[in-house]
Amino acid sequence: MHGGVLATMAAYFASLSLFAVGGATAAIPDMQRFIVDVMHWMTAKQFTDAFAIAQMSPGPNVIIVALIGYHVAGVAGASVAAASMIGPSCVLAFVVTRVWDRFKEARWRVAVQNGLVPLSLGLIAASAFVIARTTDHNIAAAAVTAVTAVVAYTTRLNPLWLFAAGGIAGFAGLV
Amino acid sequence: MSPVSGSNMQQAAPVQPGLAELFVSFVKVALSGFGGALPWARRMIVEQKKWMTAQEFNEAFALAQFLPGPNVVNFSVVFGARFGGVPGAAAAFFGLMLPPLAIVVVLAALYARYGDLSALGRILSGVTCAAVGLLIAVVAKMAMPLFTKKLDWAPLIAIVAFIGVAILRWPLPYVFLGLAPVSIALAFLRS
Repeated sequence: MHGGVLATMAAYFASLSLFAVGGATAAIPDMQRFIVDVMHWMTAKQFTDAFAIAQMSPGPNVIIVALIGYHVAGVAGASVAAASMIGPSCVLAFVVTRVWDRFKEARWRVAVQNGLVPLSLGLIAASAFVIARTTDHNIAAAAVTAVTAVVAYTTRLNPLWLFAAGGIAGFAGLV
Repeated sequence: MSPVSGSNMQQAAPVQPGLAELFVSFVKVALSGFGGALPWARRMIVEQKKWMTAQEFNEAFALAQFLPGPNVVNFSVVFGARFGGVPGAAAAFFGLMLPPLAIVVVLAALYARYGDLSALGRILSGVTCAAVGLLIAVVAKMAMPLFTKKLDWAPLIAIVAFIGVAILRWPLPYVFLGLAPVSIALAFLRS
């Protein structure tokens, strides 16, 4: 049973790894679909909690998969999830970096770079949307989101302050 | 610190990091990387250690950015491989990933124990609202150049990707395989 869960998780994250253009954030909607809606490994609230914890933690945001994996199958789950999500894209990065300089001037190389930008933009926007749908269920919550967006866009304030402000609003029972 | 593995590639960089130094440097990047590790990586690699020129850094990062997966993780592999092949890539990668993974496993264990506390649930809801705001700011910053550059098809691709994944809840691999070839072909034809 346990081995089956680990295998399912490994296969899922490995299949996601090579499509996450724009990083783990771009894959959040698909993770929510699979983990919450299809497998029922987490509730929607537990999933957004994992998202919040990963955002607050140091290091790349992809560590959300370790939080999901831990929830499903402890330390073994965290290790399997992280290795499957990060492994394939890392191997690809290693292979590509070996041949990349050869195509420095190629027209298709620029096209690949420019072509993937709008795709990751749409995926990250989708990520904001699906998380907001779970969490922004009253005016105060939407206000916290809106104010944070404006402050983050117009200033270079450390995001930790914005998380702290959001956390205080949450603790006070506003959101 | 002496170079641990000799580089098997010809490099113009003035200084060659050894494996241990690569590992330790990326541990530092990982632990200072609240809100994006890139500025820290650039400061360390270009300004402090002078392992790369600003130009080399930008090119390596552009590569890391368009590859699938987290930018900074890809960058650790690209950077480490340049100076030490497979061992170099592994040293930089594990330096970047191990400390955050250890921290997050501790946090996951704490959450498993205290996640039902209503105060903690409320705090995390508030943090999530703020995190969504940050994502919206990221989207806005990414979208601006698309409208100023001559990438007139780009907003359409972004909107279709959004609808497919967020509204219709199609699996990401299908959306990617359907849209990426179209988007790249359009980028090629307009270049």
